[in-house]
Amino acid sequence: MSATQAQSSNDPHKLGHGEVPVSERGPAPKRIVVAYGFWIFLLSDFIMFAGFFAAYAVLVGETAGGPSGAKLFDLTLVGWETVLLLLSSFACGMAGIATIARHRFWFLVAMAVTGMLGAAFLCLEVYEFTHLIGERAGPGRSAFLSAFFALVGCHGLHVALGLLWLMTMMAQVWAKDFRDDILRRIACFSLFWHALDIIWVALFTVVYLLGAGL
Amino acid sequence: MVALSGCSRGVLDPAGPVAAGERTVLFNALAIMLCIVVPTILLALAVGWWFRAGNDKAEYRPDWSYSGRLELLVWSIPALVVIFLAGLTWISTHELAPEKPLASSVRPLQVQVVSLDWKWVFIYPELGIATVNRLVIPAGTPISFRITSGTVMNSFFISQLGSQIYAMSGMDAKLHLQADKPGRFHGLSAHYSGEGFADMDFAVDAVAPARFAGWVAQTRGRGQVLDTPRFLTLARHPGSEKQMAFGAVAPGLYDRIVANAGASVREEATDGRENSGVR
Amino acid sequence: MFGKLGLDSIPLDEPIPIAASAIVALAILSLLGWVWKRGYFPYLWREWITSVDHKRIGVMYCVLAAVMLLRGFSDALLMRSQQAIAYGNPGYLPPDHYDQVFTAHGVIMIFFVAMPFMIGLMNFAVPLQLGIRDVAFPTLNSVSFWLTASGALLVNVSLVIGEFAKTGWVVYPPLSELRFSPGVGVDYYLWALQISGVGTLLSGVNLVTTILKMRAPGMGYTRMPMFCWTSLATNLLIVAAFPILTATLAMLTLDRYLGFHFFTNELGGNQMMFVNLIWAWGHPEVYILILPAFGIFSEVVSTFSGKPLFGYRSMIVATMAICLLAFMVWLHHFFTMGAGADVNGFFGIATMIIAVPTGVKVFNWIFTMFGGRIRYTSMMLWSVGFIVTFVIGGMTGVLLAVPPADFVLHNSLFLVAHFHNIVIPGVLFGAFAGLTYWWPKAFGFTLDEKWGKRSFWFWLTGFYVAFMPLYVLGLMGMTRRLGHYNVAGWQPWLIAAGVGALLIACGIACQIVMFVVSIRNRAALVDESGDPWDGRTLEWATTSPPPIFNFAALPDVRGEEAYWGLKSAAREEQRLSDLPDYVAIEMPKNSPTGVVSAFFATAMGFALIWHIWWLVILGFVGAWATFVVFAWRDETEYEIAADEVERRDRLRREGKAALLGVPDGATT
Repeated sequence: MSATQAQSSNDPHKLGHGEVPVSERGPAPKRIVVAYGFWIFLLSDFIMFAGFFAAYAVLVGETAGGPSGAKLFDLTLVGWETVLLLLSSFACGMAGIATIARHRFWFLVAMAVTGMLGAAFLCLEVYEFTHLIGERAGPGRSAFLSAFFALVGCHGLHVALGLLWLMTMMAQVWAKDFRDDILRRIACFSLFWHALDIIWVALFTVVYLLGAGL
Repeated sequence: MVALSGCSRGVLDPAGPVAAGERTVLFNALAIMLCIVVPTILLALAVGWWFRAGNDKAEYRPDWSYSGRLELLVWSIPALVVIFLAGLTWISTHELAPEKPLASSVRPLQVQVVSLDWKWVFIYPELGIATVNRLVIPAGTPISFRITSGTVMNSFFISQLGSQIYAMSGMDAKLHLQADKPGRFHGLSAHYSGEGFADMDFAVDAVAPARFAGWVAQTRGRGQVLDTPRFLTLARHPGSEKQMAFGAVAPGLYDRIVANAGASVREEATDGRENSGVR
Repeated sequence: MFGKLGLDSIPLDEPIPIAASAIVALAILSLLGWVWKRGYFPYLWREWITSVDHKRIGVMYCVLAAVMLLRGFSDALLMRSQQAIAYGNPGYLPPDHYDQVFTAHGVIMIFFVAMPFMIGLMNFAVPLQLGIRDVAFPTLNSVSFWLTASGALLVNVSLVIGEFAKTGWVVYPPLSELRFSPGVGVDYYLWALQISGVGTLLSGVNLVTTILKMRAPGMGYTRMPMFCWTSLATNLLIVAAFPILTATLAMLTLDRYLGFHFFTNELGGNQMMFVNLIWAWGHPEVYILILPAFGIFSEVVSTFSGKPLFGYRSMIVATMAICLLAFMVWLHHFFTMGAGADVNGFFGIATMIIAVPTGVKVFNWIFTMFGGRIRYTSMMLWSVGFIVTFVIGGMTGVLLAVPPADFVLHNSLFLVAHFHNIVIPGVLFGAFAGLTYWWPKAFGFTLDEKWGKRSFWFWLTGFYVAFMPLYVLGLMGMTRRLGHYNVAGWQPWLIAAGVGALLIACGIACQIVMFVVSIRNRAALVDESGDPWDGRTLEWATTSPPPIFNFAALPDVRGEEAYWGLKSAAREEQRLSDLPDYVAIEMPKNSPTGVVSAFFATAMGFALIWHIWWLVILGFVGAWATFVVFAWRDETEYEIAADEVERRDRLRREGKAALLGVPDGATT
């Protein structure tokens, strides 16, 4: 920390062009290290999703005589899912503001809203899945449906685990307040939650929008 | 290399144009690389020996750690070799592509190959006959193979004739080979496919065209017919099989096997350990 | 209640695995009994099992790798002896068993020998070389290790309960699908690899963050030791490649458990997609294994030649070039799939291009030796043995990258010889060199050189005797994974290969003797200076073994070869650097999170394999609860008082002063 502070006098605009290059200033503060590490993890998660996306792209035409996306996808339902997830991210952003203000009550409220919107999204997804399975368009029907259920389900699984994490975070703030390590975890959680949105945007486009048009 | 030339019946003992071409490519690439690999090994040993701690004659230069010229050399030598090899690779890959028909004045013979657990079925669609575990071909005639699998992945390989290619269910791979002279060759599956894999080899008999015609005439119309039910019995019986011949083949059988992407050939077990079928 | 698990799951009818596992179980039980009786258990729990110290975790990784090497090597002996006798007869291993043996050999050697060796050495050495106190996430590091151990445990459990996969180590479908492999073998494979894969991925995240964000002051990118660079490249590859494996295995799992059709023969499944996906991970994996070894050889060759690494920046470029190119060559594993001449030609050439940076590295090692004063310790022998042998393996690799040559050599024993020719000298020799090199740093005494060198000569000759015949057999048209054969010409070569395996067994025996002899003679082999090899990088600046905090004050790095610079300065000025202002150091507290969560992960994995659903839920909840307990801790760090830091550092300075023959300069 001290090296960074000494630096600021040489580098008033914090452009990193001081006398000591950033790479030589010694270990970064813990906050930076944790967020950086979590970013690396998220990138690896994106690569895992890329694997499922690739499989979907390869198998999208393999309907084996079963229904195709154009027949199955209900864009209204998926539209609502999208709205819920984006609103949930907005609420998560609100929780971030409450964190900066160190306001426990509003943090818990915003997180609860985030969680409820996320849970509602998940309910719609589960409804969609059971509906498809009920119409004999489950994952065992064709390779296309396998890839669809795996890709969308993998995102849904992430949301479900995110909800578990979210509740754990709420409990932590409730019990322990905004401790330094908890603040770092909140930062990671919001990164995670927003990353799920990014995945969903790609998923919505590649699977549903393109699929419904096919 | 001296030791290798002594052994027969392998990749280095080609019996057809494809295998011969591939051996040439192998030798050329090897020769190019040996030009750099042998000096490198000798250099490593010589430098390592000369600069050993006990050698007072060797000059110790504790700070010598960079030379622009040497770096240039160090990057360019492997790069040049690779450029040279890349040219060889690109040309030979296109010349020896398995799907490319062989240049020949003789009309190619069509053979359809199906791999099963753990045996090979060869169908001669133009001749209306089929065999199991024995491939009979006329010498000097290009053979145009179409290869698929009725079960898991295998690789169709006759080492003395050249290129292997995967046999995969639902896929229709193309391969062109030729035996120059009559002879008996060893064919096998070059991709592990389960319990009976080790016994999944087959005999290849290249015979003079006249003898081949005789064999066809003798086979056709006699013995069993290879139709769908017969094929399924064959497919569902896990284990190797004796050599057999079928005097007739249901038309379009091969295409149906490809379209079906592998017949159901096994019951599913429910307990934790598999019941071994061929032991 | 117990899913598919029943008494008949134990293969009582197969004497070899039952006898082997009985012996292993007896050994483990007597070891545990001994530990218990001597009262070592609290010590082990406190100092090792719950430790979050990167050095301890690194050592535990290496122990795991060494133990699994014995298991993987016994599989190798089984295969070599089977093939040596099975001409025209079925040999002594039925296919049911033989097929498990070669699958387990591959899986164990790659995932539970090579990987833990490399990750262990990186864990141990990277923070020390960077001049810092621990990795970025110490507790996560412990979780990673225990998850890896959990995967290894599951693979070994399959020996007694149920069976292991009979599909080859990359489990190509449709053979690995439920229809063709209905037993639990493939499930053991899937869950063991998923669990240890999470560990590997997290350890990759950890080390990338450590290297990019936590270097000592002044340690810019172009001042990092070569081993840190290759570790960075390796961990970037882990982070980028392992998620592909996770996704691929998840798809196969869905096929097997929930009736999906990713890779089945029916309903549009695509087996070729599996092959593409697994090699999109699998080829980078090869470089994940070998790049740290390249780093070790760089350190060893430079240290024992008494010279800086030749062409340091050129080596960095070569490393990163390999890192990038690693993702562009996966198709060379299946030229014979029939993708067409253009695709095959492209990937063949891309593969050859990797030979350029690799060749650069070989030349730079040779020029590092050039002008040096080479001390032929066992580590240097491993390195020179590596260079010579690896060049041959590289050559046969480029041969296989020429598609027409590959069409006749693919899947043959030529291929088997090739990748052993890369992995044994590349990864294993590197691991052995690294182990010998850093052993005194970890334990405060060096390893016995006499037995180390004996082991080297057995391994080297054993390697040539075992694998050169396999090249010949490949050229004779023998394919891999044959349990028996009926070509008479193959047998003499297979017998020769079996003799080679026995020579390697002697090499391993020498290594075991080496450890025993060294531990007994540790008083004579003690390293008081902390710098037994006249090292050049920062790990040698601290004591052997280092204090838990590694460095009393973070070193101030002024150039490449930070410690060499410090030593030169001390010699020039005839004094050590000034005493720093000692301050109290905060270190992370030990935590059982890793071992407890891995316990639940093992239970969950086992339950998933046997379809014991209540245990799956229990395992998941247990693992989650473990993390919650961890998150709830109020005190995460403990303090080491400034005078204790000073006391430890004065000891270190005494050692250094004696080593360099200069006054301590801190007697005030």
